[in-house]
Amino acid sequence: MNAPVRPDDVAAALSRRGFLITLTAAGAAMGFAGAADAAGAAAGFEPTIWYSIGRDGIITVNVIRAELGQHVGTAIARIVADELEADWSKVRIKTVDSDAKWGLMVTGGSWSVWQSYPIYSQAGAAGRTVLIEEGAKLLGVAPGACVAGNGAIHAGKASVSYGDIVTRGNVARSFTPEQLARMPMKAAAERRLIGKPARARDIPGKTNGQGVYGLDATVPGMVYARPKLPPTRTDSTVVSIDDSAAKAVPGYLRSIALTDPSGTVPGWVVVLATSFVAADRATDLVKVVWNTGPAAKVSEADLQKRAAELIADPKAGGLAVEDPGVDAAFASAKSKVEATYTTATALHFQMEPVNALAFEKDGVFEIHTGNQWQSLVLPWLAKALGRPETSIVMKSYLLGGGFGRRLNGDYAVAAALAAKAAGKPVKLVFTRADDSLFDSPRSPSVQVVRMAFGEAGRVTAMEHTAAAGWPTLAMAPFFMPKGANGAAYDPFAINGADHWYTVGAQRVRAVNNDLANATFRPGWLRSVGPGWTNWALESFMDEAAHSVGADPLAFRLKLLDAAGRNAGSGPTATGGAHRQAAVLSKVAAKAGWGKPLPKNTGIGLATTFGQERAMPTWVACAARVRVDPTTGVVKVEKLDLVVDCGTVVNPDGALSQVQGASLWGMSLALFEGTAFQNGQVRDTNLGTYKPLRMADVPDLDIEFLPSTEPPVGLGEPATTVVGPAIGNAIFNAVGARVRDLPIRPAAVLKAMKT
Amino acid sequence: MTTFKLNGREVTTTGPDDAPLLWVIRDEIGLKGTKFGCGIGQCGACTVHVDGKAVRSCLTPASRVAGKAVTTIEGLDPHGAHPVQMAWVEAQAPQCGYCQSGQIMQAAALLAANPHPTDTQIDQGMNGNLCRCMAYVRIKQAIQLASRGKAAARPAAKIRQGAAA
Repeated sequence: MNAPVRPDDVAAALSRRGFLITLTAAGAAMGFAGAADAAGAAAGFEPTIWYSIGRDGIITVNVIRAELGQHVGTAIARIVADELEADWSKVRIKTVDSDAKWGLMVTGGSWSVWQSYPIYSQAGAAGRTVLIEEGAKLLGVAPGACVAGNGAIHAGKASVSYGDIVTRGNVARSFTPEQLARMPMKAAAERRLIGKPARARDIPGKTNGQGVYGLDATVPGMVYARPKLPPTRTDSTVVSIDDSAAKAVPGYLRSIALTDPSGTVPGWVVVLATSFVAADRATDLVKVVWNTGPAAKVSEADLQKRAAELIADPKAGGLAVEDPGVDAAFASAKSKVEATYTTATALHFQMEPVNALAFEKDGVFEIHTGNQWQSLVLPWLAKALGRPETSIVMKSYLLGGGFGRRLNGDYAVAAALAAKAAGKPVKLVFTRADDSLFDSPRSPSVQVVRMAFGEAGRVTAMEHTAAAGWPTLAMAPFFMPKGANGAAYDPFAINGADHWYTVGAQRVRAVNNDLANATFRPGWLRSVGPGWTNWALESFMDEAAHSVGADPLAFRLKLLDAAGRNAGSGPTATGGAHRQAAVLSKVAAKAGWGKPLPKNTGIGLATTFGQERAMPTWVACAARVRVDPTTGVVKVEKLDLVVDCGTVVNPDGALSQVQGASLWGMSLALFEGTAFQNGQVRDTNLGTYKPLRMADVPDLDIEFLPSTEPPVGLGEPATTVVGPAIGNAIFNAVGARVRDLPIRPAAVLKAMKT
Repeated sequence: MTTFKLNGREVTTTGPDDAPLLWVIRDEIGLKGTKFGCGIGQCGACTVHVDGKAVRSCLTPASRVAGKAVTTIEGLDPHGAHPVQMAWVEAQAPQCGYCQSGQIMQAAALLAANPHPTDTQIDQGMNGNLCRCMAYVRIKQAIQLASRGKAAARPAAKIRQGAAA
């Protein structure tokens, strides 16, 4: 018998890997003083690679995370500045370009603040320790007589500023990772910046046109390009190119079939011109003949049929959780409940279509683009260009939305190959339709959830199987752990199913929809797997409760007993399921759960732990909806959300993330969704793909529970609760159980009749 | 060749007359604050003012603005301190910020035409501007702030005028 394997162990290992890489890098490169600062004007103090202090007292915080709307630079800089006792007005944020010294560069998984918090806190504490020592010398007192505060060291009425200490003192120090880990941290009560209101530093430039996004990058001598995309993502090859009609477009230069040793952009053609307008128009006129494979015939229905077939095969997939006794418990159950849920293909539709500017300069290939996972893309670029990673740099820009699309840097590879082939700088810009066609969309999914009950409605076993295209298999297979049955699986495609309810013997099976991966490149879309696993899980928890005549709130709270592995452990999962029960209880009380409502109106509950067991962000939602019984149209009147994310580092930024993420959840539940037709997505622009607009926004009430536990992620978690809360609310309003996302009025009407 | 005023300055384009104004502004003239989102006039990221009215520059041929006054986000206020811009910062409205030039230009035109819009009028006026980060709550708050700012400023101005008279 297999020993139970918990996906949180794997996730923790992966997360630790990220920590270790960054910490090692920090340990290796720190400890020199006197290096020129960013401005090159003055020597400075650089206690770790994460920030420096100039002789003018200006503190420059190096941020490796992409700025894509989460105001991450502000949050991270305030972590350093708090521990350093810095003067916030002297803190500057520098979003760095790619360099091996930064370690793992990725902005995803809602990991940024969670992973950065210990590293930047330690770095801040290290700097403070040195500044106190050196400040004490300059003040002629013992270090114990000094305190750090507001950018200076104080001893009684005397003080010396950090700038003066850096100028006059001997601040050169070296810290090992072990020393950093032992740095004395401030108590939560002494925090001056963390948890306090702040204005995001990136916002002013986003109101006056001065913010520079990837699309805005230029270099002298560059030409523009638009991709001429093949009929399929995975299996097209160029047979011939006829550009005779395109030659009539003034400014048209040439069309290039990309040769890509990395296999990232098979069958892509780029059309070069002296302006984007010319490249755009010429692309429409270029005729390319491709050879295509079977992907060109695949439909959404084919994908979902394949998913259902695979689920029916008990040997398919990786066992993310496999407790002993699951089959026996189902065999001897007093009652059972089972339901099947689906989600449709969904697009990222980030506002800035993907683009990149690439050129070689002084022996280095520069890629100017907004990107979320430089450490993933650089090896692709190296292979594609046939040059070492050390001679490639990705320059950072603001991202006009990410939501996971820019974790996949395929567009950078295409721009680089085009620049190499053309021998000049190439700015590759996708149109919106190009962007949608070769989005890495959220894969459609099929899930089957079962529960076994013993005497008196006691839960004895649960099984959750999810089949979908796997983004991690397509792009980062090294991130895939092995399941209890030895089969590797995509943790990001099953997270969420490994929930914190105590359900007896549990099995969680992640199945790769091989047809999906053969047809398109599945993407990580805001919250990834938890976006579909929780649609199934939290809809199912209501159905299971009803099947044994229990109240859905009471049913959940009883199972969130924090027993065994659901007790949680530190640092980030302290409290375990008790904290999930707390957010759920709170949101139910706020929403008035159980109180009478008008006809055709209902409240639905859902709760999740956000992204992964190793980093639980405890979230609960109560959705109040009104259903028009004649049309099936669902109007969301109010969303209540309660969140426990540990320490809230940047309160306004945190609120902003939960506002946006919850509306994303609502948009995916009611407004979005597309379908594959002939190997491509059906909807490529806003004429038919219709995300939520201002007029659709319901009343939002968001509350963060106070906590001094370590901070966890916030970019994605709220997306995961809203869909099932709406589904459950529809049931409570009109008795219609919907199991397919997005929820269309016709489906509501149909469900009302069954 | 088309000649028009851009942020108060006369400019003449050299590209084709049917080139979208968006790309003329961005790539020919080099003002990058106006953004490309959908190319079909349905996201609003490319919104500029033509003679004070909000217009989707991605669908506007350059020739159509001949002799007209075009204002972009860079020209809304010389110091980036238009009441709508100030309100945007006050409400901390932007997330990724990519749509916000268009949102601000749309809101400025809305408030110029209707200084005190109702909630429904704000929804109607702004519904053509997609914010993919879904920062709608704060965009609406910012418009309300800007509207109230005007409301607060106007009576005061009248009183001062009255006192001077």
